[in-house]
Amino acid sequence: MMNSDFWRAFARNKGAVLGLAILIAIVVLAAFASVFFPGDPWEMATAPFQPPLSEDALLGSDMLGRDIASGIAHGARVSLLIGLTSTAAALAIGVTLGALAGFHGGKVDDAIMRFTELFQTIPNFVLAVVLVAIFTPSLTTIVLAIAIVSWPPLARLARAEFLSLRSREFVQAAITTGQSNSTIILRQILPNSLSPIIVSASLMVATAILLESSLSFLGLGDPNAMSWGYMIGAARTVIRQAWWMSVFPGLAIVLTVLALNLVGEGLNDALNPKLARSRG
Amino acid sequence: MLGFAQLFASRLVKAAAILIAIVVMNFFLVHAAPGDPAMVMAGEAGAADEKFVTQLREQFGLDRPIYEQLGTYIGKVVQGDLGFSYRQQRPVWDILAERLPATLVLTLTAFILALAAGVALGTLAAVTVGTWADSAITVIALLAYATPIYWIGLMLSLLFSIQLGWLPAFGYETIGAGYTGLAHVADVAVHLILPVITLALFYMAGYARLTRASMLEVRSLDFVKTAKAKGLTQGRIVTRHVLRNAILPVITVAGIQAGQLVGGSILIETVFAWPGIGRLAFEAVLQRDYQVLLGIFLVTSIMVILFNILTDILYGLVDPRIQVSQ
Repeated sequence: MMNSDFWRAFARNKGAVLGLAILIAIVVLAAFASVFFPGDPWEMATAPFQPPLSEDALLGSDMLGRDIASGIAHGARVSLLIGLTSTAAALAIGVTLGALAGFHGGKVDDAIMRFTELFQTIPNFVLAVVLVAIFTPSLTTIVLAIAIVSWPPLARLARAEFLSLRSREFVQAAITTGQSNSTIILRQILPNSLSPIIVSASLMVATAILLESSLSFLGLGDPNAMSWGYMIGAARTVIRQAWWMSVFPGLAIVLTVLALNLVGEGLNDALNPKLARSRG
Repeated sequence: MLGFAQLFASRLVKAAAILIAIVVMNFFLVHAAPGDPAMVMAGEAGAADEKFVTQLREQFGLDRPIYEQLGTYIGKVVQGDLGFSYRQQRPVWDILAERLPATLVLTLTAFILALAAGVALGTLAAVTVGTWADSAITVIALLAYATPIYWIGLMLSLLFSIQLGWLPAFGYETIGAGYTGLAHVADVAVHLILPVITLALFYMAGYARLTRASMLEVRSLDFVKTAKAKGLTQGRIVTRHVLRNAILPVITVAGIQAGQLVGGSILIETVFAWPGIGRLAFEAVLQRDYQVLLGIFLVTSIMVILFNILTDILYGLVDPRIQVSQ
């Protein structure tokens, strides 16, 4: 899949290349956060309410004298970590359910799709808030809550793929040769339905980062992990005096999510050349 | 017409099933939470007094088997009893009912605005495909997709209320102004502008993209060529033939996204201090008032179901031929 054709198709989408460049920069920032900004981002680094371009705080400091730039760098870790792990968890739930529904059809399909529909009707952000609040905020509960509210579209996608691939000749051949259901699902159908799933997953990382930032904006972030949403939420009440405390973390979120969306579209072009470029 | 009545009935049955599932989910959430369910219901551990917790235990029969407790719980919810908020010393239902109108006004206005403006912009982009207007709309949609709505809200209020002073930054009405009648309505409307635009912006972007893609697809179909061959004007073809067909997937997606819109009101109401259910959710989170939070979960789910029925009706209006499946 990662051959030169793939890269040529990906590189044809200029936005995707730009997105990838931004994304790499953010990953580097996150990986070397402790090198660029040694010290705890929660610690007071300078005087409170320092405007941007101050001597010891490039992007200013917050109401407790914490360095905004350091918070953004350390926050990048939390955003990327939660975005990736919660997408992985959502993939595990969604693809498993979708694969079972699409492969077995009939009553199994019916039951699973009812269940999926229920989760699509529930206002997902409200459910995420309820889950994190009741099970107390921590990285684990946040990741699980995001996964629990994000899997339904993946299940629908996997189901549609499995449904259409199940009747194809190579699957029928595998059934005739007596392979077990799990072998057919994992070795025959899944590898052939990966492209659209990868594209959706890359877009889901972006949504997961937005969800995490919204939760921590409401004060439902992990109390030990510096995050962009928390920074905006904490600075909200002083926005009249200190715009920079909310503006810069917000820009970090926009850049990251935009980059991921652009990369997702590039992946779509490269992996599904036949599909029209449209997204609901 | 019979078809529509049947459709409506089957939707109601489905809605009832979903509601029961959510009530059951609420029940298990309370029980799955770490710690004693009575303590969970009472709020943050240690904050509630012993007498109240004992009363809760008796009321919900927390010493009896779990299925019996579930029965008691469902029975209470059906009767409109959503529990008692220890923090606010009031029944949860009373608190919710008081906040509901503000949220309905906000979400309904935002929903209609997002749909109308999204379809209009998407049509404009499709008609002017390849020009600067098309690219501008595409770029704005891409940006709106990537921006957290609470941050858009903060930035808009930074610009329009704090810098320019054109619009109020928060609240539902001017406190102490004592407006009545039309003046009151106008006052609320002015306070509504920023929250509604913020909430609508994200969805508007999505609907614009979808309308554009859908119109470009429909435009090349045979019946449009027939309409051209008949000598119809460009405007008539776009509105009566292309748009009417292209709008259907947009309405479907709008229905699916209703849940997100309602959920987004938590963030918007928190930013703009809008006194609705969303703001209540934020307060309940701060106070660890789980009874209120679970009540909000139920009420917002009901709102989503109502929005879905609304989009079904809209679908039927746009294309009466179509029987919505299931």
